Amino acid sequence: MWDYSEKVMEHFFNPKNMGELKDANAVGLIGSIVCGDALKLFLKVDENNRILDASFQTFGCGSAIASSSMLTEMVKGKTLDEALLITNEDIANALGGLPPEKMHCSVMGREALEAAIKKYRGEAIHDKEEDESRIICRCFGITENKIRRNVVENKLKTVQDVINYTKAGGGCSSCHTSIQDVIDDVWKKELSAKAELKPSITVIQEKPLPLNNLQKIMKIQQTIEEEIKPALMVDGGSLELIDVAGNTVKVKLHGACSSCPSSSFTIKTFVQRVLREKVEAQLDVVEVR
Amino acid sequence: MDKKVIYVDNNATTKVAPEVVSAMLPFLNKFYGNPSSMHFFGGEVARHLERARDQVAFLLGCDSSEIVFTSCGTESDNTAIIGSLEALSGNRKHLVTTIVEHPAVKNTMAYLSKKGYRVSEIGVDRQGLLDMNALKDAITEETALVSVMYANNETGVISPIEEIGKIAKERGVLFHVDAVQAVGKIPLNMQKSTIDLLSLSGHKLHAPKGIGAMYIRKGVRMRPYLIGGHQERGRRAGTEAVPNIIAIGAACELAAKNIQEENTQVKARRDRMENWILKNIPDTSLNGHKEKRLPNTSNIGFEYIEGEAILLTLSKEGICASSGSACSSGSLEPSHVLRAMQIPFTSIHGSIRFSLSRYTTDEEIDYIIDKLPGVIQKLRAISPFSSKNMPSI
Repeated sequence: MWDYSEKVMEHFFNPKNMGELKDANAVGLIGSIVCGDALKLFLKVDENNRILDASFQTFGCGSAIASSSMLTEMVKGKTLDEALLITNEDIANALGGLPPEKMHCSVMGREALEAAIKKYRGEAIHDKEEDESRIICRCFGITENKIRRNVVENKLKTVQDVINYTKAGGGCSSCHTSIQDVIDDVWKKELSAKAELKPSITVIQEKPLPLNNLQKIMKIQQTIEEEIKPALMVDGGSLELIDVAGNTVKVKLHGACSSCPSSSFTIKTFVQRVLREKVEAQLDVVEVR
Repeated sequence: MDKKVIYVDNNATTKVAPEVVSAMLPFLNKFYGNPSSMHFFGGEVARHLERARDQVAFLLGCDSSEIVFTSCGTESDNTAIIGSLEALSGNRKHLVTTIVEHPAVKNTMAYLSKKGYRVSEIGVDRQGLLDMNALKDAITEETALVSVMYANNETGVISPIEEIGKIAKERGVLFHVDAVQAVGKIPLNMQKSTIDLLSLSGHKLHAPKGIGAMYIRKGVRMRPYLIGGHQERGRRAGTEAVPNIIAIGAACELAAKNIQEENTQVKARRDRMENWILKNIPDTSLNGHKEKRLPNTSNIGFEYIEGEAILLTLSKEGICASSGSACSSGSLEPSHVLRAMQIPFTSIHGSIRFSLSRYTTDEEIDYIIDKLPGVIQKLRAISPFSSKNMPSI
C-alpha cells in the first residue's frame, strides 16, 4: 500500500470542487483513459483575469484525485498570471508530499492548469508543439520536450525520476537509454554553462579571424541548433532560420514561441545575445511571421 | 488492528488455518532439534518432517520421495526450471511458456533468454484461454522445457494442462507447471499426470509465508539450485525450515479434506457475488472465462474508473481486494495478463480481483454487495468519462 499523507487521503475521500462547473469559461483536459489517468479542469475567470471558481473531474488513482482537488483549492481567487506560478511541486507540497512514483499526478495538475489558461487566452497549447517533437516513450506517447521540461523544472537526475514525474519509460523500458541521453544533455549543458563562467586562466584568448559569408551562415545555423533550440524547447517552443542578409538574421518562431506574447522579447534578448556572443557582435536578429 | 476486515484477496495470500498454527507451534517452542542430528532430539523432528512430506504427497497424488521443500513458490519455479535445464543432456535450447505467467516464471524465462535460450511465449484470447494451435506449433524436437501455469493468479483461468503435457511428452520435452494458485483448489493426481515438475506455495493454501514445495517426477534429473549440504536428498541444501514444513504438511492435509468445499460452497459464494455485481452495477464485465476458472476468483472490470481509487475506497470500508491497475502496483502499465487478453481500455484500469477462501462467509458477501455500488458510484461521479461521452478511438 502507498504511504499517502493524511492530506492526500483527506482530499481523496472528500474531494473539494468535484464535478463539472456549469458556467466555466476555461477548461483544460490532460491525459486520457488509455493512459490510465486524465484530469479535466474547469475555471471560471472574471473580466480582470481572476479565477472566481474552479472544479475538476478526474479519472485516476488516489493521488491523482487528491492532486486535482488540491489544485482547485489553490487556484481559486488567484489571477491567471498568479495561478501559472503554481508548480507541480507546489501541488505536491500542499498535499504533504506525494510518493516519488506518484509525482506525475501533480505534473498532470500543473499541465491541466496551463492548458485551461492557454485555451482561455486563445494561445496554442504547448502540447501541440510537443506532438511535433520526437516521441521518446511510445508506451505513453511522451515527447522529448515534455521530458526535457520536467528534467529542468524538477531537477531530475535519473531515469527513475523521469518515470515518476512523466511516466515516460514506465512501460516496456526500451526508451530508458534515450531518456538518459536527454538527462545527460540537459545537465551537461548546465555544467558547461557553469564552466564557462569560470574560464580557466591558462586559456589564452585568441582573436578570431573575421568569418566569410558561408562560414557565418553555417556558424549561425550551428548555434541555433546546438544552443538556441534546446533552450526554447524547454518552454515548448522552437525556431527556424529563414535567411541571413549581411548582418541581419531572419528567423521564424514555432510552437509555443509563435503565439507567445513575449516572443519579440525572446528574439532580442535571448536569440540575438547568443548569436552575438557565439558568431559576430554586429548581428541583428529579426522575426519574420 | 480492530478494524473490520473483509478479506477477499486470497490469491495474494491466505489466513493461516488455526489447525496449521497448532500443528507448527510445538516445533517453535519445544522441538527445535535439527533433523540431521544423530541424537533422539533431532531424530524425532526428522520423523515429523517426513510425515509432512507424506501429507503434501497425498494432496498431489505422488510418492513422498518426489517432494522437495523450498522457501517459497518463486524458489520452486526458479529451481524447477533452471535446475532441470542444467541437468539436461543434449543440445535443446528452446523454451515454451505463456504470456500470462507469474513474474517468478516470466522473469526466469527472460533471464534464460539472455543465457542463450530461445523463448516462445504463447498468447491468450479475450477470455484468457491459451492459443492451443500456437502452442502445438511451438513445441518441437528442439524444445527443452515447457512451463505453463495451472491457473492464472489474476483471472483464475485454468490451462488445459494434460492436453499440453501430452504434446510435450510426444516430443520428449520436460513439462513444468506453476500450480501455486491451483493446489488445494483443483484436485491433482501426479500419478496419472503428464507433469514432470510442479511448484506450489504454502501461503496460498493457509500455511504461513516462507515455505514452498516442488514435485519432481521420479527419473527427472535436477541440479540443485541452492548448493550446500545433503538436505532434501541433495536436491535443496540448507537446514530445513521445520515449523514451516510441518505447517505446509498440515495445510495440505486440510486442503485435501476441503477441496470439495472449495468447489461447492466457495464457488457458490463467488458466483453469488459476481452475478450480483454484473447484474446490478452498470458498465461492468467479467475478465476471464466464466467456466474454465478457479472456484474462488472473480476479476471484474469497472469501466471509467481507476483500480487504485476503487481499492482505497473499498479499503476504507474494510474490504481487502486487489487490482491489475497500473497505479496500485507501482508500475505504470496495467497488468500484463489483462493486456494480453486485450481487455478494453475503458475497463482495464478499473479491474478488481476478488479472491475468496473457505473462510469467506455469506455475511461478508452481503457486506460487499451492500458497499460496492456506493463506492463505484462515488468514483464515477468524479470521473470525466462515462458511457455517454467516450470518444471513439
